[in-house]
Amino acid sequence: MVGWAIALHGGGGDIPLDLPDEKRIPREIALRHCLDLGVSALKSDKHPLDVTELVVRALENHPYFNAGKGSVLTAQGTVEMEASIMDGKTKSCGAVSGLTTVVNPVSLARLVMEKTPHIYLAFNAAEAFAREHGVETGESSYFITPENIARLKQAKELNRVQLDYTVPTPEIPGDSQIGTVGCVAVDRSGNLAAATSTGGYVNKMAGRIGDSPLIGAGTYANHICAVSATGIGEYIIRATLAKEVAALMEYKGLSLTEAAAYAVEQSGPRGTCGLVAVSANGEVAMPFNTNGMFRACATEDGYTEVAIWPKN
Amino acid sequence: MVGWAIALHGGAGDIPIDLPDERRIPRETALRHCLDLGVSALKSGKHPLDVTELVVRELENHPDFNAGKGSVLTAQGTVEMEASIMDGKTKSCGAVSGLTTVINPVSLARLVMEKTPHIYLAFDAAEAFARAHGAETVDSSHFITPENIARLKQAKEFNRVQLDYTAPTPEIRGDSQIGTVGCVAVDSAGNLASATSTGGYVNKMVGRIGDTPVIGAGTYANHLCAVSATGKGEYIIRATVAREVAALMEYKGLSLTEAAAYAVEQSGPRGTCGVVAVSANGEVAMPFNTTGMFRACATEDGYTEIAIWPKN
Repeated sequence: MVGWAIALHGGGGDIPLDLPDEKRIPREIALRHCLDLGVSALKSDKHPLDVTELVVRALENHPYFNAGKGSVLTAQGTVEMEASIMDGKTKSCGAVSGLTTVVNPVSLARLVMEKTPHIYLAFNAAEAFAREHGVETGESSYFITPENIARLKQAKELNRVQLDYTVPTPEIPGDSQIGTVGCVAVDRSGNLAAATSTGGYVNKMAGRIGDSPLIGAGTYANHICAVSATGIGEYIIRATLAKEVAALMEYKGLSLTEAAAYAVEQSGPRGTCGLVAVSANGEVAMPFNTNGMFRACATEDGYTEVAIWPKN
Repeated sequence: MVGWAIALHGGAGDIPIDLPDERRIPRETALRHCLDLGVSALKSGKHPLDVTELVVRELENHPDFNAGKGSVLTAQGTVEMEASIMDGKTKSCGAVSGLTTVINPVSLARLVMEKTPHIYLAFDAAEAFARAHGAETVDSSHFITPENIARLKQAKEFNRVQLDYTAPTPEIRGDSQIGTVGCVAVDSAGNLASATSTGGYVNKMVGRIGDTPVIGAGTYANHLCAVSATGKGEYIIRATVAREVAALMEYKGLSLTEAAAYAVEQSGPRGTCGVVAVSANGEVAMPFNTTGMFRACATEDGYTEIAIWPKN
C-alpha cells in the first residue's frame, strides 16, 4: 500500500509573468477547487478512473480553460472538442474527437470505452452516439466565450495558425487560454488513470485532430504510471509523449521524475509542452519546457501545490 | 552505409490454412508485385517515404486487401478509410480518418503532413482538404466490392462486431479480407519510413477510428526502426505496438527481431496482431501471433520472402 496522489493541469504555454490578476486569480481558484474535488474523491476511495473523470469534467465546465466551455475556436468559428481517458490496470481506454455539442467530452470518451467494443469515435458519429446515450449536450453558444471570439479574430488578423498561446507583442497582452486540461491519479492500491480534454488550437483547420485523443501521445496509463500532456499537439504526437514517460520508466529504469523531465526535454524545442504524471508508488511529477503551466497536485502525506510558473 | 530493406503486409488474422486457391493466389501475386515495385524504387535511390507511399498506394488499389478499393464496410454499408505515414529521420507524420471518396488515403495522409501545419485531419474536413488539393476522388461505389457486401451481411447475421477475420465454421469459409495494409522501408543511408492504410472492421460503428491512423499504435518510425502494425485495432492502440518496438530497441537494447517479437507477444492474446519492421541497419522482422499474415520482404543482399502462414 502506498499513498494516493493526484495531479492536474489547465494547460502549458507562454503564460506571461505579468498576467493580470483578473486572468490569473480565477484560474488559480479553479485549479484549487478542482484539486480539492479530486482529493476528496481519492480520500473517499473513489477509483482513479472516476477521480480523473470528475476533475476533468470540472475543468471542462470552467470557461477559463481550453476544454469544454471556453474551448478555443476553429478557423470557422466553431468548437471541435476532443478527449481521452485510460485505465492503467486494464489499459482500457476511450477517446472522442470533433464534438460540437457535448458538454463533457471526457465523459463521452469514458462511455465509448465502457459501452462499445471500440476505443475511438469521432465527429458526426460521436455526436450521434452521445444522443443515443442521453449524454448532456448544449448549444454552441454554451461553449463559445467572448474571449475566444476575440482570440480567433486576433489570430486571423495575424494571419497565421495561432498555437496554444500568443507571443506577446506591445499591443497584445499574453494569452492565458492555453490548450488542454488533464488529470492523473493513483490510489492507495496503485491503480492509475489519466484523462485529457481540449478544444485544440486557436484558428485550427476544422477537422484537425491533436494529441489529446491519441492514446500514447496526450494520454497514457499502465501499471507503472499515468500521464496527461499539454502543449503543441503536433510535437506531442511525434514524440508519443505520454507513452515515452512510461517506456523510460519500464525499459530504462528511470524514476518518474527523471522519465517525465527527459520526455519533455526531448519532445522539441523550448515552448513545446508539459505534462503531469503520477506513479504507482504515489509520486508526482509536473515538468514543462514552456514559460508556465497551470497545474496543481497533492499527495497523501499532505503535500499540495497550485502553481503557474516554474518554482524557484 | 548498410543495405536497403523493405517489408510489407496485407493484413494479419485468422487466415485458414485451407484458403482456396482463388483467394490465395491473387493475394500472393499482389504481394510479389508490390514487393517488386518497392524494391525497384529503393534500387533507383527513391527515399523510403516515397517507397512506402507508392507500395501502400498499390495495396490500396488492390481489391483483395482491406484498404482503399476493397475496404470492408461499416455497419451502415459505407466505407470509412484511414491511413498514416511517418518519416523516421524528422518524425514528420501525417494521418487521415473517415475518408469515403479518396482513392489513395495514404497519399492524402502525406499531403496533410506536407501541406498543413497539422498531422491529422478527419471526416468531412479531410474530404474537403482532398478536394481543395486536387487529390484523386471517386464515387464511394468504386471502393465497395461484392465480397465485402457479403461479409457485412454475414456479420450482421451473426449480430456481432466482426473483427478483421471470421472464425471458420462448417458452413462459412474462413475469411481472407484481413484488416490493414502497410509498408516499411530503409535505404542504404539508414533513412526509415512507415505507412499504413485500412478500411477498418467489418460492421464497425460509423465514426470508429482504429489503430491505423494513430501514430505510435499502427505506424511509427524514428532513427532506429520503422514499424507498421495490423490486427485488432483496439489491442494495438492499448499496447501502442509500433512505438513499443522502437522503445524496446532504444531503451532496453533489444534487437529488431527481439523487440518486434516481444511487442507482438505482449499486445494481447493469440490472434491479436502482427507487424512488419525494418531497422536502420537494414534488418527485417515480420512477427505475428495470428494464424497468418499476408506479407513480403526483401533485403539488398538478395533475400526475398512472400508468405502467408508461419514458416516451419
